[in-house]
Amino acid sequence: MVGYLLARAGQTLAAIFLALTVVFFLVRITGDPVILFLPPDARPNDVASVRHLLGFDRPVWEQYLSFLGGAVRGDFGRSLRYRVPALPLVLHRFPATFQLAATSLAIVACVAVPIGIVSAARRGTLVDTIGIAVTSLGQAIPGFWLGLMLVWVFGVKLRWLPVAGYGDWTHFVLPSLTLTAFYAAQVARVTRSSVVDALCQDYVRTARAKGIDERGVLARHALRNAAIPIVTVFGLNAGHLLGGAVVTETIFAWPGVGQYIFNALRLRDFPVVMVGVFLTSVIYLLVNLLVDLSYAWLNPQVRYG
Amino acid sequence: MLGVVIVSTVVLGAALAPAVAPYNPTTAHFAAVLRSPTAAHPFGTDQLGRDVLSRVIFGARISLLVGVVTVLIAGVIGCALGLLSGYYGGWLDAAVTRFADVQLSFPFILLALTINAVIGAGLRNIMLSLVVAGWPLYVRVVRAEMLALRHRDYIQAAVATGARSGRVMWRHVLPNIATPIIVISTLQVSQFIIAEATISFLGFGIQPPTPAWGDMVSDGRNYIFVAWWLTAFPGAALALTALGVNLTGDWLRDVLDPRLRA
Repeated sequence: MVGYLLARAGQTLAAIFLALTVVFFLVRITGDPVILFLPPDARPNDVASVRHLLGFDRPVWEQYLSFLGGAVRGDFGRSLRYRVPALPLVLHRFPATFQLAATSLAIVACVAVPIGIVSAARRGTLVDTIGIAVTSLGQAIPGFWLGLMLVWVFGVKLRWLPVAGYGDWTHFVLPSLTLTAFYAAQVARVTRSSVVDALCQDYVRTARAKGIDERGVLARHALRNAAIPIVTVFGLNAGHLLGGAVVTETIFAWPGVGQYIFNALRLRDFPVVMVGVFLTSVIYLLVNLLVDLSYAWLNPQVRYG
Repeated sequence: MLGVVIVSTVVLGAALAPAVAPYNPTTAHFAAVLRSPTAAHPFGTDQLGRDVLSRVIFGARISLLVGVVTVLIAGVIGCALGLLSGYYGGWLDAAVTRFADVQLSFPFILLALTINAVIGAGLRNIMLSLVVAGWPLYVRVVRAEMLALRHRDYIQAAVATGARSGRVMWRHVLPNIATPIIVISTLQVSQFIIAEATISFLGFGIQPPTPAWGDMVSDGRNYIFVAWWLTAFPGAALALTALGVNLTGDWLRDVLDPRLRA
């Protein structure tokens, strides 16, 4: 178990290092990153001095090493716009993102998992058909459009809820619903298919033959064995949600990481973009690690595998 | 089957757009700006007096083009890398899978959006960014299938009879893993269509005046307080298309591989 834990932690560390490398080369795809860091109408001698100032005239490997060196010390350069270190700027946006992600994940867990279980337990009935129809729709509706339509109905027409911004619980309703739709649909589908799978297994037949009632079969035998795919998809969703939701946060002017990265992209503030994209990936990798470790707890076979 | 009907309708509409669209999608009529839906303009008119229905019909072209072409390119690259890395293993496998895993740790939209911010907006660049962001999924699936087949008797037999590696992969492995590839590709098409629309909505994709659904919703957002139809119809077309493609994917999965039916 300790060996497995260490191996997974090592892999995650290697992946974080690779993510740093990807971010470094991401802004260099075009060959000349200086252009990204300047307005399009910058004069040639300004371009040259900025190139020297930011070190882009040095060999790439040298830039890469100094970028890594800085990153290890938490120094990702300064925001071009605010002229302060980029890392704290982005970190300050995480609380709002975490609040929204936690609300959305709670809704997903409370709504999607029961829908999936009921759908699976009553497979082939009207309830199941409705469940499948709703989840198919949830996966097809683009988030940005759903968000705007919710704004139109509940903000503009009915005037029940604020159209955007951050504040009391009423501000959480529309953004978290927008985020929830897609993820809940996905989790419900995975829940349904893994519970259906589990219900077809021999041990479920044995449990039924022993005379355990259907509720007990479902709760004690099927669910426990269907848990891994559900935890996996829930974990992947959590990993992405906690890293910031660019589209939803932008539509609702939510002061989180996603909106901040998007604004930095628009302002061409690439040091901030690099930190933001990197942190998003780190969170995802860490959540993934937690999910993997939870397998060992859910399924003893993994522990000894 | 409903999915196939929806997809065929969208494809036909896109192909015959000049014939079925009642108006020119880019001609402005400043005398008829922001008209709500009527018999003459069933989806209303936009802030330049252009017919929203005609723009929605023409918008299908960009969505389908981007969805299909990018999935094909990302699929070919991803499948090739997945086959090679599953077949040969070793350092190539380690490098490709590590890289694919790390790339999957970046949110798809954020990665594509950042690439677009770096290389610039426009149709060609948005397709490029989707391909770059989209190939790792294929690597994961194809590599896993390749590993599962690697020790099957018929593959071993082909190798034993002296078939070259390329031939083994192309003639013996690929046909046997076609089903999961086709099913994922269908689902990827709807993912990519929505991704293109999202990026265009955020202003880094298709630029006006080309009618594209994401860009139309983005315009509509500015008029959401006065003209809901600008946002509602292009988005509904997008959702319906994605739904049709997803249902087609589910249907294909059931037809092609009954084992996967859940």
